[in-house]
Amino acid sequence: MSLATAPAPEQDGVELTARHHPRVALVKPSNRRRRLAYAGLTPFAAYVLIFLALPTILAVVTGFFSDDGSLTLDNVTGLFTPTILATFGSSFWLSGVSAVIGAVVGALICYAMLGTKVGGLLRTIIESAASVLAQFGGVMLAFAFIATIGVQGLITVVLRDTFGVDIYADGVWLYQVPGLILPYVYFQVPLMVITFLPALTALRPQWAEASATLGGTRFAYWRYIAAPVLAPAFLGSLLLLFANAFSSFATAAALISQGSQIVPLQIRAALVSETVLGRENMAGALALGMIVVMVVVMWAYSVLQSRTSRWQK
Amino acid sequence: MTANQAVRIGAEPSALTRRLILGIIGAIFLIPVIAMIEFTFRNGLAGDYTTSHWTGLFSEDSARTYRGLYEAIENSLVLAAVTVGIVLVLLLPTMVLVHMQFPRLKRTLEFICIIPITVPAIVLVVGLAPVYSVVVQVLGGSTWTLAFAYGITVLPYAYRAIQGNLDAIPVKTLSEAASTLGAGWLRVLWTILLPNLRRGVLAASFISIAVVLGEFTIASLLNRRNLQTALLQVSQSDPWVAVIFALAALALAFILLLIIGRLGSATPSRRKS
Repeated sequence: MSLATAPAPEQDGVELTARHHPRVALVKPSNRRRRLAYAGLTPFAAYVLIFLALPTILAVVTGFFSDDGSLTLDNVTGLFTPTILATFGSSFWLSGVSAVIGAVVGALICYAMLGTKVGGLLRTIIESAASVLAQFGGVMLAFAFIATIGVQGLITVVLRDTFGVDIYADGVWLYQVPGLILPYVYFQVPLMVITFLPALTALRPQWAEASATLGGTRFAYWRYIAAPVLAPAFLGSLLLLFANAFSSFATAAALISQGSQIVPLQIRAALVSETVLGRENMAGALALGMIVVMVVVMWAYSVLQSRTSRWQK
Repeated sequence: MTANQAVRIGAEPSALTRRLILGIIGAIFLIPVIAMIEFTFRNGLAGDYTTSHWTGLFSEDSARTYRGLYEAIENSLVLAAVTVGIVLVLLLPTMVLVHMQFPRLKRTLEFICIIPITVPAIVLVVGLAPVYSVVVQVLGGSTWTLAFAYGITVLPYAYRAIQGNLDAIPVKTLSEAASTLGAGWLRVLWTILLPNLRRGVLAASFISIAVVLGEFTIASLLNRRNLQTALLQVSQSDPWVAVIFALAALALAFILLLIIGRLGSATPSRRKS
């Protein structure tokens, strides 16, 4: 028999009452038991405080300190220098472009999956593949694209030798910001499938029936019924994709070794450079800038999400 | 409404449209994977093919050459195990406790667990650097301590997996029934709830493993060695082996998530019956 069968003294009373008046005992547990239950929350609370709350606060606060530990706004105003603003600009551009492409292609896949059986083989495979590829960001993704469209990549070579097209006629762009678009799209599309599919499958067949009964065309159904219902979900997923690309680091880190053209790479430069003084605190200011962007985007996402859930019940 | 009707009035794509869309996009998405496989058979820049990169893995001196990589894989596996431990020991009991005793805290817990999406790893790592300088003093500098940070990274995924399962079983009825029959709190948790939460717990564990095996940001910026940082390092001297290991990691992740998919899809049908 296990530990569980040896009741602690204070539980005994509760269990006895529970046997006679189960409801009373469960709705109003003794104070002592209540306190015990609260104590049960402390390990997780402590863990989250030390490894989530504390680092987040530290990350933001260091931006307000100078190297010698005095308060300063220099790092934060440093965010508005042309170099850093340009970095945020390319981050926005990269995230925006990859999010829009990812959202459109992903939505197309979701549409194609309408009418497939939930839990069916095709559905399970596509959903699993989507969860893998959405997690596929990072070093391995960089490898995949170097093998595909690197200077000696499979596609590069086939296009050059068979079709006479040199994708690098104007110089190698894979290791620049534009080179990140294709790898980013590769993990954005699957994320779109994961987030948008529930909304699309929640479209009720009755709406299409009603529309058809009233003489609505296929176009009318999608334009006047499906599109307005799906709009918040689509925009919400688009924002999530934007946030996903904006905060993504590993792929860029593995592909771009020269320069820091996007914000996460600036943070890397600020963190690892020991030669440039005061850069460590710059990382804090950059982190603050990123958090501000992420909070705004995720707030808008949650607003849209609550509008979406209205149709999913 | 039958499937044919749905197609005719345009609510669903026809079989041909579906095959066309999925086929074309699927083929495009396969290209990088195929390119990776093709790459592992290339014989340098000579233009012909060789299997030596694959066979070389099992040769005598590979153990020496790739010792760093094998160590890094070991590190990553330990990290995955400790992270799953954190999910099971810290997150799971808290979620069950909140679900049963403090329903009003549910929103708060959900909010906390979703924060790591808004505060991504690249931001978190800025504040983790000072935290870890203390952690190293207390627990030493071994790699497994990184799992504390990974436990935070996997929170949103693990939370979603377990919460989905918690919402799908009648926790209150089960625990009331067990208490009425005289079971203590621990016994309710261990013998009644845990078996019912098996799917959610398994899914949470697998997704945590997949996330930890793919993690690069925190390890790289805190100067630790895990699978991904080692892969990047190896790729500079032996890109073929790096790609082979990347393919293996990808295949492993796919299998893990395919199992999650089967677990997830089995839940509703079982509940219906």
